[in-house]
Amino acid sequence: MSVIIVLLLCSFVMAVGFLLAFLWSVKSGQYEDKYTPSIRILFDEKKDNRK
Amino acid sequence: METPPKITDTVQQCYHCGDSLRGEQIEHDGKLFCCSGCKVVYEILEQNDMCNYYTLQSTPGNSPSAIEVSRFDFLDEESVQRNLLNFTDGKTGKVTLALPNIHCSSCIWLLEQLYKFDSGILQSRVDFLKKQLTVTFLHTKTSLKKIAILLTSLGYDPELRLDAIEKKVESETTRSLYYKIGVAGFCFGNAMLFSFPEYLGVDANEKTLRETFSYLNLLLSIPVFFYCSYDYFRSAVGGLKKKVINIDVPIALGIVLLFTRSAYEILTHTGPGFVDSFCGLLFYLLLGRLFQSKTYDRLNFERNYKSYFPLSVIVKKEGRETTVSISSLKKGDRIVIRNNEIIPTDGLLLRGEASIDYSFVTGESNSIGKVLGEMIYAGGRQVGSVIELEVVKEVSQSYLTQLWNNFNDESKSDHHLSNLSNGVAKYFTMAILAIAGSVGAYWIQIDTLTAVNAFTGILIVACPCALAISIPFTFGTAMRIYGRNNFYIKNIHVVEVMTQARVMVFDKTGTITHAQRSSIVFNGPELSQDEIDAVLSLTKNSIHPLSRLIGDSFSGNTVYVNNFSEELGKGIRGSVKEFHYKLGSRQYIGGIHRSEKLNETRVYLSINDEVRGYFSIVNSYKEGLQDILRSLKSSFKFAVISGDNESERVQLQKIFPPETELRFNQLPSDKYDYIKSLQTNSKKVIMVGDGLNDAGALMKSDIGIAVTENISNFSPSCDVIMDSSSLSRLSTFITFARDSKAIVVASFILSFLYNFVGLFFAVQGKLSPVLAAILMPLSSITIVVFTTVTTKLFAKIRGLS
Repeated sequence: MSVIIVLLLCSFVMAVGFLLAFLWSVKSGQYEDKYTPSIRILFDEKKDNRK
Repeated sequence: METPPKITDTVQQCYHCGDSLRGEQIEHDGKLFCCSGCKVVYEILEQNDMCNYYTLQSTPGNSPSAIEVSRFDFLDEESVQRNLLNFTDGKTGKVTLALPNIHCSSCIWLLEQLYKFDSGILQSRVDFLKKQLTVTFLHTKTSLKKIAILLTSLGYDPELRLDAIEKKVESETTRSLYYKIGVAGFCFGNAMLFSFPEYLGVDANEKTLRETFSYLNLLLSIPVFFYCSYDYFRSAVGGLKKKVINIDVPIALGIVLLFTRSAYEILTHTGPGFVDSFCGLLFYLLLGRLFQSKTYDRLNFERNYKSYFPLSVIVKKEGRETTVSISSLKKGDRIVIRNNEIIPTDGLLLRGEASIDYSFVTGESNSIGKVLGEMIYAGGRQVGSVIELEVVKEVSQSYLTQLWNNFNDESKSDHHLSNLSNGVAKYFTMAILAIAGSVGAYWIQIDTLTAVNAFTGILIVACPCALAISIPFTFGTAMRIYGRNNFYIKNIHVVEVMTQARVMVFDKTGTITHAQRSSIVFNGPELSQDEIDAVLSLTKNSIHPLSRLIGDSFSGNTVYVNNFSEELGKGIRGSVKEFHYKLGSRQYIGGIHRSEKLNETRVYLSINDEVRGYFSIVNSYKEGLQDILRSLKSSFKFAVISGDNESERVQLQKIFPPETELRFNQLPSDKYDYIKSLQTNSKKVIMVGDGLNDAGALMKSDIGIAVTENISNFSPSCDVIMDSSSLSRLSTFITFARDSKAIVVASFILSFLYNFVGLFFAVQGKLSPVLAAILMPLSSITIVVFTTVTTKLFAKIRGLS
């Protein structure tokens, strides 16, 4: 088997991984609210972090 | 980090809510508060070590409203809970509440730490733009009611309206669009990668390699064809069933041919197919859809009376008051309506003095008195003391609901597909089919294979991708520009309809007149400065809008008022020195009650029981109104419809062009009928209005523009929500819509040019996959760049930011 087939499969598997990651991010609602997280990240949290 | 305002500021602010301090001040912990409510919130936060709230933003708080715990009793009802909760498994529940008071980053910080106040709350998440809070909680430790009370005590009253319990339309469609774009993008990228060897030339003896690539490509095209393209097939078939050739017909045709020809070539080993062009086509088409699907989260264009009605009402049964949800109100129930509450259904007045403000329904600002036994219709707001009503109709049967449903019967003409592109699509499809047919017929006499190649090639290359995306990108960009200028449109098709409208109808009250800045004139012998001071001081004690108006339009010193009292909905009285002042309706000050309809709103003044004269309210028209009229005069016919009386006729005739139709004393249904009559000559009508009294007209018109002082306020269902400060720029907005349409036409021409190049090769049966792979994305990208850049350029020319 040509080495290019192996490379091809590697790249394909990686791309599928990215696709799944994207689908997961949509499913988990990351595209519903694109504004609030940008504020949330700026809060300083004290020691008693939320879980 | 901002520091809290210094105490030495000239205008002292409440540490919590930032209101300027007037009258009594409460000091606590070295900080000043405007009311005990604000102090209590501060104390709660202090106890829970949450004062970080104040360091994130200065004076972030909302002054809490007085909590009546019983107000939330209905939240314990099973049926209400079932509708409100997004999810529950008996142990944990999840609820999304609308909190209109969310306004700054401190709000987010505080509301996401609710678990510190109540151990039953597991998590709370704010959606800032939608002003929503999603709370996950344990049923065993807390309840919806407790959460509502907690939020209210922190100054975030949850908005519990009737429509909140109706099933929400999930954002499923946008979500599935994202999925489709993800899949199409993935397939596009990989197919392009797999096609490169073919384009660059593979060694002839690497046959297996070539076949592997081809089969992988075919595999990739399957989800794109069956999943991503589904909407286009459905729309095309739907159009054909109605005997309409819409833009999706040639697209669907192109998609089918691209896929079948590719599959055929790959399976028969006759060629590499057009898989990359095919996936790319879908990717760009879907991106265009995403671009046009922009919505404004905080705005709701589909509101109806349900968003105005409260969720619950107090029912009196055997002397006991219980709160029930209004959907379970039955005929014969005795309901209690307090000051400023909305009457949810038609009822007979059993007790109390009713003074009903129907401004929500009719647009008239005067409240109407009702006597015992009289029928009170739903939608009014009680101004004054507590009244009791006997329900005669269920909420779903009430006059207002019926009225609304009548309006709804005739839905707006289908705006979903643009006339512009569909009009072009019809001729386009026919022309392409004609070319493909005649070229195919020509080639079939010479060579069957070339004939098939030419026929399919023409349909593939002519697939109007560029045509289909030029509207989303042009009008989508325009929509964003409009949004930045406080002109929020419901969807991109509004832009197109706006260019076709020829009639513009205005509502008067609140739309073209200033709600707050009416001017007040005193009719009667001139008042002395002492008298003005006294009147001014008297009005300062009242929160009635008319008192405010009078108070704001005179200047003087505040003097001490003795024995002040207010009869809600009627008037105010009080003594200054030895004089006794009364301000209010004619009846209130002791005059004879006359039932004749006055042409203006009057507030009478009496001093020592002697009628001194009356204040009359003169409407003041918004600035810039004349400019709009002047610049739109050439292309629009105007009309004014008002629920008010004729007192303003002369004034309006001065402002509007002479042929303008002026209609007064119009009921909501009259307005609706008037718009309908205008539309019979297939004219497109723009209605500019505000309150629910215009709701029917706004819905019926081709473009309903709701003008509002505060865009997050209630506005009836409409196509455009406009900040009232932008009213003067209405003509600019319409001109810009025309520019956008011109840009779309230009981009159509551009995409035809690409088509001609493609056709040149296709008619010869020489459309190679490489050529298609270059030409199709190139035309799409050109259109995207051209439309967005020129639209922004025109916005700049028109002075829109």
